[in-house]
Amino acid sequence: MKNGKFALKTLTAALALTCSVSAIAEELHVYNWSDYIAEDTISRFQAQTGIKVTYDVYDSNEVLEAKLLAGRSGYDLVFPTALPFADRHIRANIYQPLDKSQLSNYDNIDKGLLNNLSAVDAGNQHVVPYMWGTTGIGINLKKVKEILGDDMPLDSWKLIFDPKIAAKLSSCGISLMDDPNEVFAAAHAYKGEDHTDFSKKSLDAAAKTVTATRTNIRYFHGSQYINDLANGDLCVAHGYSGDILQARARAEEANNGVEVAYLVPSEGAVVWTDVMAIPADAPNKDAAHKFINFLMQPDVIAPISNYVAYANANSAATELVDDAIKNDPGIYPPQQTRDKFITLKTATDKENRAMTRLWTRVKTGQ
Amino acid sequence: MKLLQRPVVTGRALIIGVPWLWLSIFFLLPFLFVLKISISEPILAQPPYMDLLREFSDGLMTIKINLGNYLLLLEDPLYFNALLGSIEVAALSTLFCVLLGYPMAYAIARAPDHMRLPLLMLIILPFWTSFLIRVYAWIGILKNNGLLNQALMWLGIIDSPLEILHTPVAVYIGIVYSYLPFFVLPLYATLVRMDLTLLEAAADLGCRPWKQFVLVTLPLSLPGLMAGAMLVFIPVMGEFVIPDLLGGPNTLMIGKLMWTEFFSNKDWPLASALAAILLIVLIIPFVIMRHYEQRNEEANS
Repeated sequence: MKNGKFALKTLTAALALTCSVSAIAEELHVYNWSDYIAEDTISRFQAQTGIKVTYDVYDSNEVLEAKLLAGRSGYDLVFPTALPFADRHIRANIYQPLDKSQLSNYDNIDKGLLNNLSAVDAGNQHVVPYMWGTTGIGINLKKVKEILGDDMPLDSWKLIFDPKIAAKLSSCGISLMDDPNEVFAAAHAYKGEDHTDFSKKSLDAAAKTVTATRTNIRYFHGSQYINDLANGDLCVAHGYSGDILQARARAEEANNGVEVAYLVPSEGAVVWTDVMAIPADAPNKDAAHKFINFLMQPDVIAPISNYVAYANANSAATELVDDAIKNDPGIYPPQQTRDKFITLKTATDKENRAMTRLWTRVKTGQ
Repeated sequence: MKLLQRPVVTGRALIIGVPWLWLSIFFLLPFLFVLKISISEPILAQPPYMDLLREFSDGLMTIKINLGNYLLLLEDPLYFNALLGSIEVAALSTLFCVLLGYPMAYAIARAPDHMRLPLLMLIILPFWTSFLIRVYAWIGILKNNGLLNQALMWLGIIDSPLEILHTPVAVYIGIVYSYLPFFVLPLYATLVRMDLTLLEAAADLGCRPWKQFVLVTLPLSLPGLMAGAMLVFIPVMGEFVIPDLLGGPNTLMIGKLMWTEFFSNKDWPLASALAAILLIVLIIPFVIMRHYEQRNEEANS
């Protein structure tokens, strides 16, 4: 009898111990874009806070959105693009308002970016900007010059949307993003039309511009062009600035004679911001706040910019960013380039569906 | 009195009940969920569709059913064309698998005993590598600067690289390569069980080898051939990965369209309606096969 009681006590003690241990080992689940963080960021955070980080990646906003809309994703921190994605999510009440008292580094964030974001997130309540970049054109410089000659200005959507020029480049390979928001905005910019007009007439006009060059497009994809540009399998790619700069770095590493250049078209290019947000059903909101605050430290975010070739949203970090990155006009563009930037507008769900279905038609030539 | 003493649940019912329970939980129930979502309305919320049950007060239940998704699928030719595109790809891929797989299965079934196992292993071996990696490998082979083009150019057969990747040809290569084992294995199982004395009898009666094949082997192998063909046709209908990785902009298939509706449009109801229609279309060949099998069994008995 005594023995039995003792065994029970030990068991209770052991149980209590396991419980307290699991309470100490805090966990944080982060869901971010692929190739969007430095190699040692996570280990530094773990060493500093003792929080165990599970880090998963995605390569399209749509995949993230589907998980968030289904609910109970289990993630504590996500990195959607502000427009049109985070905008929609905020309106669908998917995100938790941030507790700014837990974000002591908040003042480091670029005031201009916060001001822009307040258009989708009133009072900057739900999201903090992480990185920003542009969607432009990546080219295989040597091959494109060989085909078009040295005099042709290359910083133009003509390379893709002028059927005569695109036809010359098509055998060498042109790719477009598989995203109607981006492609239609680019098509509108090329024609000097209003890209925020989602009426049927306006969408049909954009579709017509794309259809005119469709046979010159090898494929529509959001990330495949990184490898293909670097290997010389593609001459012109419509893509994200940082992705194309990564292709440039890979080609340099491979030393394969391919010279990749990133260009911001003079007719206008989409500028976008990726933000950090905490889902309302996140299991560990405190740890998520700690991680956001950690990423707002200049000595944490600057090495990330150096590694991923995107400009961060942290004005205090700029001086810590490598000169090669800071002075790259593709990453930290000069004012005259910034003047050409256009921002996307979020379509209503109905407009969005009409746009996506039109896009499927355009792509498949139906 | 005797009737009352019989146990309510017999052993037989229990054994038959297990697969039925399995099918109900893992097939029927999920399908009912899909069906339910397909008649709801999309909204911007979590989850992104409205509940059918709107109100329940004073014993009055208000349910709102939205048939608009099915109407849109019927009205808009895009979806019908995608279905036709999928049927075309599935049918042609199945045909290629038959033409390529039948001789393979036949050769293995008629190979000497000690050779059969190694040959079968060669068919199964690719499964040891992840399906995705194998499809990715085809990108490396088929691309403009890829292995195939380099080899052909080195041999002097072509001057400039053939454009295969991102065309329908690449999709067919990827699909036939991936699904060939699913065709070969059931057909092999049928062919290897065949009673070879039937062929001897046919030969004794003056039947030539080619006619023996057409009149004896082929009809006897039909159940295996049909099973293999279904194992190729049905999954290829809903195939998404291979056309996405190897195909170009021209490949319009129902799987990709479903992806677009679900992910790009956040229109779960329409995606569910598409899934429901795809299932109905897929049940038709299955029913045909069942009918054929039954006729076969009746003929045998």
